[in-house]
Amino acid sequence: METEALSGLDRFLQTFVNWEVLVKYTPSILAGVGVTVWLSVLIIVIGMSLGTLLACLRAYRIQPLSFVIVIFADVFRALPPLVVILLVFFGLPNAGIYLSAFMVLFVVLTLILAAFAEEILWAGITSVDKGQWEASRSTGLGFTQTLGYIILPQAMRLAIPPLTNRAIAITKMTALGTVIGVPDILNQATTAQSFSGNASPLLLAALAYVLLFLPFVILSRWLERRYSWKKA
Amino acid sequence: MNVPTQRPSLEVRGLHKHFGNFHALKGVDISVDHSELVFVLGPSGSGKSTMLRCCNRLEEPDAGDIFLEGDAITGKGVDLNAIRQRIGMVFQSFNLYPHLSARKNVTLALRKVLKQSSDEADARAMAALEKVGLADKSENLPAALSGGQQQRVAIARALALEPQVMLFDEPTSALDPELVGDVLAVMRELKETGMTMLVVSHEMQFAREAADRVIIMDHGQVVEEGCPQQIFEAPSHARTQSFLARVTGGA
Repeated sequence: METEALSGLDRFLQTFVNWEVLVKYTPSILAGVGVTVWLSVLIIVIGMSLGTLLACLRAYRIQPLSFVIVIFADVFRALPPLVVILLVFFGLPNAGIYLSAFMVLFVVLTLILAAFAEEILWAGITSVDKGQWEASRSTGLGFTQTLGYIILPQAMRLAIPPLTNRAIAITKMTALGTVIGVPDILNQATTAQSFSGNASPLLLAALAYVLLFLPFVILSRWLERRYSWKKA
Repeated sequence: MNVPTQRPSLEVRGLHKHFGNFHALKGVDISVDHSELVFVLGPSGSGKSTMLRCCNRLEEPDAGDIFLEGDAITGKGVDLNAIRQRIGMVFQSFNLYPHLSARKNVTLALRKVLKQSSDEADARAMAALEKVGLADKSENLPAALSGGQQQRVAIARALALEPQVMLFDEPTSALDPELVGDVLAVMRELKETGMTMLVVSHEMQFAREAADRVIIMDHGQVVEEGCPQQIFEAPSHARTQSFLARVTGGA
């Protein structure tokens, strides 16, 4: 019985922590880390900026514009990301538009993050007390100045917890790029796993994701604390 | 424009305002002379706050004219942001910017509206905070200040723009009784420096002591106006009498 158990553990270690395999495929996983990090940074920076811009535009309450923004946000929040990725990657070439797998993943996830960020920030903007607008306007500041200096900073503060959660969730979806051949962490790991017939690269990939996103999670905690001034 | 004229500093003529079917202001005429402190009293719902908010067009009047130093502030083609710099407003709920220090609450409009350098703006903000006795709190966020202190910062914020008239919308109504005195003291000092002030408030005692003129409003109309002695001791209108009886009886 004891030898049975021991060989079970051995087999487990052989499968998930095979040093030979790990050493061999670490460089390609690291290359995948580079791709995932680069993609995540691009998606967060551009997706958040776009979402903020849309929420601000909506604040001007120009009917047709607001309508378009609401439709955009609702559609992109409703669709499963993988559906959009596949649709764009396999559909657009039929229309004569050729985008790299990296580009498709970047564009789709950026738009999805922008849709969520717009909704979250819009909720923040509308929850700022009307008196803040009035106080600012009464000193001669214009609508745009009031939005930028007074309303948006307060909306941001309210939006930071849901916004960071959403940013983490969306950037983790870069793993979906595997399906269309983006050489991200997961793609490198599954390739290595099929070449080596061993699951160690997948464990390494999991570890890489944790190391990558844990600082992000910690940063979001810090941001929440940093911007949690009390309401007057 | 800067030449002293016979015209009042602030002049409201035939002001009307509807909220849906509710006729909130029914032809209000009010004038405030230079360096005058005019107090507006009246039951809640009498339209006094609405009238005040029309004076810097936070509320858009349906009809009537308002003049500041002879310049029309109602009607189309008025540069609202320019006119609002000349009218200070103090709110019941202070409305300080919670993410900015007391000093930055004051400097924001100086830098962004008057286009002052940060040094100029800081100097003027500190002078304004000094006037309300809060220079030592300049770096505090609003949440770290008491209600009375917040309202004094709000006064400094309006004052720093060197307005031609100051509007006070129930400035002490949200304050604990023991904090009211500091705010009233600041208002009294402002009056002594010659500031033109239009005040909506329930502070009867203060009205009696400090006001040059008291206006009673009810049901969207001016019922009566006169010097405090006349209004408080010998009110001529029945609605003034019943209002004063209710207020002083309750106090």
